[in-house]
Amino acid sequence: MPRVKVARKSTSIDMTAMCDVAFLLLTFFILTAKPRTEDPVPVDIPASSVEQPIPDDNTLLLTVGQNKVFFGVDGNDIRKQTLIQMGEKYKINFTPEEQTKFAALPTFGVPINQLKGFLALEPTQRKEFKQPGIPRDTTNNNELSDWIREARKVDVALHNKALRIAIKGDSKEEYPVIGQLITLLQKQKINKFNFITSLRAAPKTTK
Amino acid sequence: MAELDTSSGGGKKGGKVRSKKASTRVDLTAMVDLAFLLITFFMFTTTLSKPKAMDVTMPDKDDQNKDQLAVAASRSMTLLLGANDKVEWFVGEPGKTPPETTGYGKEGLRKVLIENGEKIQQTTGKYMTVLIKPSDKSNYKNVVDALDEMKITGVQSFAIVDITPAELGLLKRDGNY
Repeated sequence: MPRVKVARKSTSIDMTAMCDVAFLLLTFFILTAKPRTEDPVPVDIPASSVEQPIPDDNTLLLTVGQNKVFFGVDGNDIRKQTLIQMGEKYKINFTPEEQTKFAALPTFGVPINQLKGFLALEPTQRKEFKQPGIPRDTTNNNELSDWIREARKVDVALHNKALRIAIKGDSKEEYPVIGQLITLLQKQKINKFNFITSLRAAPKTTK
Repeated sequence: MAELDTSSGGGKKGGKVRSKKASTRVDLTAMVDLAFLLITFFMFTTTLSKPKAMDVTMPDKDDQNKDQLAVAASRSMTLLLGANDKVEWFVGEPGKTPPETTGYGKEGLRKVLIENGEKIQQTTGKYMTVLIKPSDKSNYKNVVDALDEMKITGVQSFAIVDITPAELGLLKRDGNY
Protein backbone atom coordinates (compact mmCIF):
# COMPACT_ATOMS: atom_id res chain seq x y z
CA MET A 1 0.00 0.00 0.00
CA PRO A 2 1.30 3.34 -0.84
CA ARG A 3 1.80 5.50 2.16
CA VAL A 4 -0.26 8.60 2.38
CA LYS A 5 2.03 11.44 1.80
CA VAL A 6 1.51 14.44 3.93
CA ALA A 7 2.36 17.48 2.05
CA ARG A 8 5.10 19.22 3.91
CA LYS A 9 4.44 22.86 4.33
CA SER A 10 6.75 25.49 5.54
CA THR A 11 5.98 26.61 9.05
CA SER A 12 7.44 30.04 8.61
CA ILE A 13 4.73 32.61 8.22
CA ASP A 14 5.07 35.98 6.71
CA MET A 15 5.25 38.28 9.68
CA THR A 16 5.53 41.54 7.80
CA ALA A 17 1.91 42.51 8.15
CA MET A 18 1.82 41.56 11.80
CA CYS A 19 4.93 43.55 12.42
CA ASP A 20 3.41 46.54 10.67
CA VAL A 21 0.30 46.42 12.81
CA ALA A 22 2.28 45.91 15.98
CA PHE A 23 4.43 48.94 15.37
CA LEU A 24 1.50 51.03 14.30
CA LEU A 25 -0.20 50.30 17.61
CA LEU A 26 3.02 50.84 19.47
CA THR A 27 3.45 54.25 17.90
CA PHE A 28 -0.11 55.13 18.79
CA PHE A 29 0.30 54.17 22.42
CA ILE A 30 3.62 55.91 22.76
CA LEU A 31 2.26 59.12 21.31
CA THR A 32 -0.91 59.12 23.40
CA ALA A 33 0.85 58.17 26.61
CA LYS A 34 1.05 61.01 29.06
CA PRO A 35 3.48 60.80 31.91
CA ARG A 36 1.49 60.32 35.03
CA THR A 37 2.10 63.05 37.54
CA GLU A 38 2.60 61.64 40.98
CA ASP A 39 0.48 63.23 43.62
CA PRO A 40 2.45 64.27 46.68
CA VAL A 41 -0.28 62.83 48.87
CA PRO A 42 -2.59 59.96 48.01
CA VAL A 43 -5.70 61.48 46.51
CA ASP A 44 -8.77 59.41 45.91
CA ILE A 45 -10.97 61.51 43.69
CA PRO A 46 -14.73 61.16 44.13
CA ALA A 47 -16.89 59.78 41.36
CA SER A 48 -19.64 61.61 39.56
CA SER A 49 -21.64 61.29 36.39
CA VAL A 50 -20.01 64.28 34.72
CA GLU A 51 -18.52 63.34 31.39
CA GLN A 52 -16.72 66.50 30.49
CA PRO A 53 -13.00 65.76 30.22
CA ILE A 54 -10.50 67.94 31.99
CA PRO A 55 -8.82 70.41 29.64
CA ASP A 56 -5.30 69.44 28.68
CA ASP A 57 -3.56 72.71 29.16
CA ASN A 58 -3.97 76.10 30.71
CA THR A 59 -5.08 74.69 34.03
CA LEU A 60 -4.11 75.49 37.56
CA LEU A 61 -4.46 72.41 39.66
CA LEU A 62 -4.95 72.62 43.40
CA THR A 63 -4.50 69.22 44.95
CA VAL A 64 -6.06 68.85 48.37
CA GLY A 65 -5.32 65.96 50.67
CA GLN A 66 -4.53 65.35 54.32
CA ASN A 67 -5.41 68.92 55.14
CA LYS A 68 -2.69 70.24 52.83
CA VAL A 69 -2.92 72.13 49.58
CA PHE A 70 -0.53 71.61 46.69
CA PHE A 71 -0.11 73.91 43.77
CA GLY A 72 0.52 72.97 40.16
CA VAL A 73 0.14 74.85 36.93
CA ASP A 74 0.51 73.68 33.34
CA GLY A 75 3.32 74.92 31.17
CA ASN A 76 7.01 75.20 32.02
CA ASP A 77 7.20 78.83 30.94
CA ILE A 78 4.32 79.79 33.20
CA ARG A 79 5.85 77.99 36.18
CA LYS A 80 9.18 79.69 35.65
CA GLN A 81 7.72 83.17 35.32
CA THR A 82 5.44 82.60 38.30
CA LEU A 83 8.44 81.68 40.42
CA ILE A 84 10.30 84.81 39.34
CA GLN A 85 7.35 87.02 40.21
CA MET A 86 6.80 85.28 43.53
CA GLY A 87 10.51 85.72 44.27
CA GLU A 88 10.21 89.42 43.65
CA LYS A 89 7.20 89.64 45.88
CA TYR A 90 8.77 87.75 48.77
CA LYS A 91 12.28 89.18 48.23
CA ILE A 92 13.81 85.83 47.49
CA ASN A 93 16.25 85.61 44.62
CA PHE A 94 16.04 82.34 42.73
CA THR A 95 19.05 81.41 40.61
CA PRO A 96 18.48 80.42 36.96
CA GLU A 97 19.33 76.85 37.93
CA GLU A 98 16.62 76.84 40.57
CA GLN A 99 14.20 78.34 38.10
CA THR A 100 14.83 75.52 35.65
CA LYS A 101 14.39 72.97 38.40
CA PHE A 102 11.16 74.58 39.49
CA ALA A 103 9.84 74.70 35.93
CA ALA A 104 10.15 70.93 35.78
CA LEU A 105 8.06 70.41 38.92
CA PRO A 106 4.48 69.55 38.02
CA THR A 107 3.18 70.13 41.53
CA PHE A 108 4.64 71.17 44.84
CA GLY A 109 3.58 72.11 48.32
CA VAL A 110 6.20 73.87 50.39
CA PRO A 111 6.20 77.36 51.89
CA ILE A 112 8.18 79.79 49.78
CA ASN A 113 10.91 80.26 52.40
CA GLN A 114 11.60 76.52 52.26
CA LEU A 115 11.42 76.36 48.50
CA LYS A 116 15.16 76.91 47.96
CA GLY A 117 15.99 73.98 50.18
CA PHE A 118 13.37 71.84 48.52
CA LEU A 119 14.73 72.61 45.05
CA ALA A 120 18.25 71.77 46.17
CA LEU A 121 17.22 68.21 46.97
CA GLU A 122 17.86 65.39 44.55
CA PRO A 123 14.74 64.25 42.65
CA THR A 124 14.67 60.97 44.59
CA GLN A 125 15.00 62.77 47.90
CA ARG A 126 12.30 65.17 46.82
CA LYS A 127 9.87 62.29 46.49
CA GLU A 128 10.64 61.15 50.02
CA PHE A 129 10.37 64.66 51.42
CA LYS A 130 7.16 65.24 53.30
CA GLN A 131 5.77 68.42 51.85
CA PRO A 132 3.86 70.49 54.38
CA GLY A 133 1.54 72.10 51.84
CA ILE A 134 1.32 75.73 50.89
CA PRO A 135 0.44 78.01 53.81
CA ARG A 136 -3.03 79.42 53.66
CA ASP A 137 -5.28 81.23 56.06
CA THR A 138 -8.36 83.34 55.92
CA THR A 139 -6.62 86.66 55.33
CA ASN A 140 -6.66 88.34 51.98
CA ASN A 141 -2.96 87.92 51.27
CA ASN A 142 -1.68 84.52 52.07
CA GLU A 143 0.91 82.57 50.17
CA LEU A 144 -1.51 80.33 48.34
CA SER A 145 -3.59 83.19 47.03
CA ASP A 146 -0.40 84.97 45.95
CA TRP A 147 0.67 81.92 43.98
CA ILE A 148 -2.72 81.74 42.31
CA ARG A 149 -2.76 85.44 41.56
CA GLU A 150 0.74 85.48 40.11
CA ALA A 151 0.06 82.40 38.00
CA ARG A 152 -3.05 84.02 36.59
CA LYS A 153 -1.15 87.22 35.80
CA VAL A 154 1.60 85.26 34.07
CA ASP A 155 -0.86 83.28 32.00
CA VAL A 156 -2.51 86.45 30.82
CA ALA A 157 0.86 88.04 30.05
CA LEU A 158 2.40 85.08 28.25
CA HIS A 159 -0.53 83.40 26.56
CA ASN A 160 -3.29 85.96 26.88
CA LYS A 161 -5.61 83.33 28.31
CA ALA A 162 -7.58 83.14 31.49
CA LEU A 163 -6.28 80.38 33.66
CA ARG A 164 -8.76 77.67 34.55
CA ILE A 165 -8.76 76.60 38.15
CA ALA A 166 -9.37 73.00 39.05
CA ILE A 167 -9.60 71.51 42.51
CA LYS A 168 -8.59 67.92 42.93
CA GLY A 169 -9.63 66.78 46.34
CA ASP A 170 -9.52 63.59 48.27
CA SER A 171 -13.02 62.26 48.79
CA LYS A 172 -12.44 61.87 52.52
CA GLU A 173 -11.22 65.42 52.85
CA GLU A 174 -13.32 67.37 55.31
CA TYR A 175 -15.22 70.27 53.89
CA PRO A 176 -13.56 73.17 55.77
CA VAL A 177 -10.41 72.96 53.65
CA ILE A 178 -12.42 73.00 50.44
CA GLY A 179 -14.54 75.80 51.88
CA GLN A 180 -11.42 77.81 52.63
CA LEU A 181 -10.18 77.31 49.09
CA ILE A 182 -13.50 78.40 47.66
CA THR A 183 -13.51 81.56 49.79
CA LEU A 184 -9.93 82.22 48.77
CA LEU A 185 -10.81 81.90 45.10
CA GLN A 186 -13.89 84.05 45.50
CA LYS A 187 -11.80 86.79 47.03
CA GLN A 188 -9.96 86.92 43.74
CA LYS A 189 -13.29 87.07 41.95
CA ILE A 190 -12.99 83.56 40.64
CA ASN A 191 -16.50 82.27 40.75
CA LYS A 192 -16.10 79.55 38.19
CA PHE A 193 -13.86 76.60 38.70
CA ASN A 194 -13.79 72.86 38.33
CA PHE A 195 -13.92 69.93 40.69
CA ILE A 196 -12.02 66.99 39.32
CA THR A 197 -13.94 63.76 39.51
CA SER A 198 -13.71 60.33 38.00
CA LEU A 199 -16.47 58.72 36.04
CA ARG A 200 -18.78 56.60 38.14
CA ALA A 201 -18.16 52.97 37.27
CA ALA A 202 -21.77 52.01 36.72
CA PRO A 203 -23.83 55.07 35.90
CA LYS A 204 -26.93 55.00 38.02
CA THR A 205 -30.11 55.74 36.18
CA THR A 206 -33.38 56.89 37.56
CA LYS A 207 -35.99 54.22 37.36
CA MET B 1 6.99 40.23 1.23
CA ALA B 2 10.11 41.57 2.72
CA GLU B 3 12.26 40.22 0.01
CA LEU B 4 14.19 41.83 -2.70
CA ASP B 5 14.94 40.39 -6.02
CA THR B 6 18.58 39.62 -5.79
CA SER B 7 18.98 37.63 -8.94
CA SER B 8 21.81 39.10 -10.86
CA GLY B 9 19.99 39.06 -14.13
CA GLY B 10 22.92 37.83 -16.25
CA GLY B 11 23.09 34.60 -18.17
CA LYS B 12 24.86 31.54 -16.95
CA LYS B 13 27.26 31.37 -19.78
CA GLY B 14 30.17 33.54 -20.52
CA GLY B 15 32.14 32.71 -17.43
CA LYS B 16 30.65 35.54 -15.54
CA VAL B 17 31.06 35.54 -11.84
CA ARG B 18 27.83 34.62 -10.37
CA SER B 19 26.97 36.41 -7.21
CA LYS B 20 25.57 34.14 -4.60
CA LYS B 21 21.89 34.42 -4.05
CA ALA B 22 21.37 35.23 -0.43
CA SER B 23 17.85 35.35 0.84
CA THR B 24 16.88 38.73 2.19
CA ARG B 25 14.10 37.31 4.24
CA VAL B 26 14.57 38.36 7.79
CA ASP B 27 13.12 36.52 10.70
CA LEU B 28 10.70 39.00 12.14
CA THR B 29 9.54 36.88 15.05
CA ALA B 30 11.77 38.51 17.61
CA MET B 31 10.87 41.96 16.39
CA VAL B 32 7.16 41.25 16.60
CA ASP B 33 7.64 39.81 20.07
CA LEU B 34 9.33 42.95 21.21
CA ALA B 35 6.73 45.16 19.57
CA PHE B 36 3.89 43.39 21.30
CA LEU B 37 5.70 43.47 24.60
CA LEU B 38 6.00 47.23 24.31
CA ILE B 39 2.39 47.58 23.22
CA THR B 40 1.30 45.67 26.31
CA PHE B 41 3.43 47.89 28.49
CA PHE B 42 2.05 51.10 27.05
CA MET B 43 -1.50 49.84 27.15
CA PHE B 44 -1.24 49.14 30.85
CA THR B 45 0.48 52.35 31.74
CA THR B 46 -1.78 54.74 29.87
CA THR B 47 -4.70 55.89 31.90
CA LEU B 48 -7.74 55.08 29.90
CA SER B 49 -10.25 56.83 32.10
CA LYS B 50 -9.27 60.44 32.08
CA PRO B 51 -10.37 62.43 35.08
CA LYS B 52 -13.42 64.55 34.48
CA ALA B 53 -13.96 68.14 35.36
CA MET B 54 -17.13 69.20 37.09
CA ASP B 55 -18.03 72.82 36.54
CA VAL B 56 -18.77 74.74 39.69
CA THR B 57 -20.10 78.24 39.58
CA MET B 58 -20.34 80.11 42.83
CA PRO B 59 -22.71 83.01 43.40
CA ASP B 60 -20.89 86.30 43.18
CA LYS B 61 -19.78 87.21 46.67
CA ASP B 62 -19.31 90.90 46.62
CA ASP B 63 -18.98 92.62 49.94
CA GLN B 64 -20.17 95.96 48.63
CA ASN B 65 -22.96 94.79 46.41
CA LYS B 66 -25.89 93.87 48.57
CA ASP B 67 -28.69 93.75 46.06
CA GLN B 68 -29.16 90.07 45.61
CA LEU B 69 -32.11 88.32 44.21
CA ALA B 70 -34.33 87.09 46.96
CA VAL B 71 -35.82 83.68 46.42
CA ALA B 72 -39.23 82.86 47.77
CA ALA B 73 -38.98 80.53 50.73
CA SER B 74 -41.77 78.39 49.34
CA ARG B 75 -39.67 77.23 46.42
CA SER B 76 -36.29 77.00 48.02
CA MET B 77 -35.02 73.75 49.33
CA THR B 78 -32.09 73.55 51.70
CA LEU B 79 -29.73 70.63 51.95
CA LEU B 80 -27.61 70.45 55.07
CA LEU B 81 -24.68 68.15 54.57
CA GLY B 82 -23.87 66.54 57.89
CA ALA B 83 -21.47 63.95 59.21
CA ASN B 84 -21.49 60.24 58.38
CA ASP B 85 -22.77 60.72 54.82
CA LYS B 86 -26.12 62.02 56.04
CA VAL B 87 -28.00 64.90 54.55
CA GLU B 88 -30.87 66.84 56.10
CA TRP B 89 -33.30 68.65 53.93
CA PHE B 90 -36.25 70.95 54.32
CA VAL B 91 -38.29 73.22 52.12
CA GLY B 92 -38.71 76.83 53.13
CA GLU B 93 -37.18 78.61 56.07
CA PRO B 94 -35.23 76.83 58.78
CA GLY B 95 -37.17 76.04 61.88
CA LYS B 96 -40.57 76.34 60.26
CA THR B 97 -40.59 72.99 58.54
CA PRO B 98 -39.11 70.00 60.32
CA PRO B 99 -36.03 68.72 58.53
CA GLU B 100 -35.76 65.16 57.38
CA THR B 101 -32.64 63.08 57.31
CA THR B 102 -31.73 61.04 54.29
CA GLY B 103 -28.71 59.59 52.55
CA TYR B 104 -27.06 60.26 49.23
CA GLY B 105 -27.80 58.35 46.09
CA LYS B 106 -30.70 56.99 44.15
CA GLU B 107 -33.04 56.13 47.00
CA GLY B 108 -32.19 59.09 49.20
CA LEU B 109 -31.42 62.51 47.90
CA ARG B 110 -32.43 61.92 44.31
CA LYS B 111 -35.94 60.81 45.22
CA VAL B 112 -36.38 63.77 47.53
CA LEU B 113 -35.15 66.20 44.88
CA ILE B 114 -37.39 64.86 42.17
CA GLU B 115 -40.48 64.72 44.39
CA ASN B 116 -40.03 68.20 45.79
CA GLY B 117 -39.07 69.63 42.43
CA GLU B 118 -42.34 68.41 40.96
CA LYS B 119 -44.34 69.56 43.95
CA ILE B 120 -42.89 73.05 43.83
CA GLN B 121 -43.33 73.20 40.08
CA GLN B 122 -47.00 72.36 40.50
CA THR B 123 -47.79 74.67 43.38
CA THR B 124 -45.82 77.74 42.37
CA GLY B 125 -45.32 77.18 38.67
CA LYS B 126 -41.67 78.00 39.01
CA TYR B 127 -38.54 75.92 39.30
CA MET B 128 -37.05 74.93 42.60
CA THR B 129 -33.95 76.58 44.00
CA VAL B 130 -31.64 74.37 45.99
CA LEU B 131 -29.20 75.67 48.57
CA ILE B 132 -26.38 73.32 49.43
CA LYS B 133 -24.96 74.02 52.85
CA PRO B 134 -22.03 71.84 53.75
CA SER B 135 -21.23 71.68 57.44
CA ASP B 136 -17.71 71.35 58.76
CA LYS B 137 -18.20 67.64 59.37
CA SER B 138 -19.16 66.80 55.82
CA ASN B 139 -16.46 65.76 53.42
CA TYR B 140 -15.57 66.70 49.89
CA LYS B 141 -17.23 63.62 48.46
CA ASN B 142 -20.56 64.72 49.94
CA VAL B 143 -20.32 68.08 48.19
CA VAL B 144 -19.48 66.44 44.88
CA ASP B 145 -22.29 63.93 45.35
CA ALA B 146 -24.78 66.68 46.08
CA LEU B 147 -23.66 68.67 43.03
CA ASP B 148 -23.87 65.55 40.94
CA GLU B 149 -27.45 64.94 42.07
CA MET B 150 -28.28 68.47 40.92
CA LYS B 151 -27.04 67.57 37.49
CA ILE B 152 -28.83 64.23 37.40
CA THR B 153 -32.16 65.57 38.58
CA GLY B 154 -31.85 68.64 36.39
CA VAL B 155 -32.17 71.25 39.10
CA GLN B 156 -31.62 74.52 37.31
CA SER B 157 -30.64 76.81 40.09
CA PHE B 158 -28.53 75.77 42.99
CA ALA B 159 -25.75 77.27 45.02
CA ILE B 160 -23.23 76.36 47.65
CA VAL B 161 -23.89 78.59 50.63
CA ASP B 162 -22.35 78.86 54.07
CA ILE B 163 -24.26 77.18 56.84
CA THR B 164 -25.93 79.28 59.54
CA PRO B 165 -25.71 78.57 63.27
CA ALA B 166 -29.44 77.80 63.42
CA GLU B 167 -29.03 75.13 60.79
CA LEU B 168 -26.00 73.74 62.55
CA GLY B 169 -28.22 73.39 65.59
CA LEU B 170 -30.67 71.32 63.57
CA LEU B 171 -27.89 69.01 62.47
CA LYS B 172 -26.62 68.68 66.02
CA ARG B 173 -30.07 67.95 67.37
CA ASP B 174 -30.57 65.11 64.93
CA GLY B 175 -27.17 63.67 65.62
CA ASN B 176 -25.75 64.42 62.21
CA TYR B 177 -22.92 66.60 63.34
